Amino acid sequence: MTRLRFVSILLICLLASVVVAQVQEEEVPSDDPVIEQRLANLSKQLRCLQCQNQTLADSPAGLAADLRREIRVQMKAGKSDQEIIAFLTQRYGDFILYKPRVTFTTYLLWFGPFVLLLGGLYVLFRYIKQRRDLITEKPLSADERRRAEELLASIPGKEAT
Amino acid sequence: MRYLIPLGIFLVLVAFLAIGLRLGDPHELPSALVDKPAPTFRLQQLKAPDKTFSNEDMRGKVWLLNVWASWCVACREEHPYLFEYQKSGVVPIYGLNYKDKREDALAWLGDLGDPYLLSAVDLDGRTGIDYGVYGAPETYVIDQSGTIRMKHVGPLTPDVWSDKILPLVQKLNRQGNPK
Repeated sequence: MTRLRFVSILLICLLASVVVAQVQEEEVPSDDPVIEQRLANLSKQLRCLQCQNQTLADSPAGLAADLRREIRVQMKAGKSDQEIIAFLTQRYGDFILYKPRVTFTTYLLWFGPFVLLLGGLYVLFRYIKQRRDLITEKPLSADERRRAEELLASIPGKEAT
Repeated sequence: MRYLIPLGIFLVLVAFLAIGLRLGDPHELPSALVDKPAPTFRLQQLKAPDKTFSNEDMRGKVWLLNVWASWCVACREEHPYLFEYQKSGVVPIYGLNYKDKREDALAWLGDLGDPYLLSAVDLDGRTGIDYGVYGAPETYVIDQSGTIRMKHVGPLTPDVWSDKILPLVQKLNRQGNPK
């Protein structure tokens, strides 16, 4: 399964690189370690749009390198992480975020599993209760008792107590 | 009843999977820029490096911006059709030569012909980032007020042209100049 997934991801990446294979410029890391650290953290939360199963941090695609360069420039200019994320989502949409935002359209995604969990708990609870009702012996009502005694009495060779 | 519940769950699952399959290409993303003003650029022209081209020059017109590059395989696919679209005179098509080398781009146009009224040069892809370009070819339909009305990712095949681009351009032209 994981092998199959790996192969298909690889294939997708290869296909994507056919479409977008391009002039690769060498990526120049910033000489400021703080910026590199911030970039490392931020780019882990962002999706590479060419190779959609990779983060911006991992992707070797040309666009990912361009975006990393752009993020470096903006960090150097003193932009906050929030401002940079806003800059990117304005252009590429929420899809660039690996962690989807909680909005009306993503309620199902965020809260669906909890709804399913509650549903499952309800079904489990009902099932257990039903079984318990089957197992436990209820005291007989007066009517049932009389009927039981009648039945016992009707068995030949035995006396009702 | 006992069997209906699993059957129901199964059918719901099938329905979801069928929708998922039909949604098509996961690479086609909704553009965040539709109905937003086209980001401003002023770039060198490919064939006339002493001149520039800006989206502001196109105010008052409906036009197409087609992102292309000589390294882009799918651009080759749409290229012959661009001549027809341009010749039809419905809408002017301008090129954005995205992250390309000038000599490669010029050679490409030399080999295959140049369907564009002109191409602007986005050497480092910075304008591409502003436009949310993530894989050439991409085509933007921009209206009279400079608003992006549609973005198409992938080759402009005749189907795309007659089903998506042409109706939109005609509608925009009918509506005339809103501002």
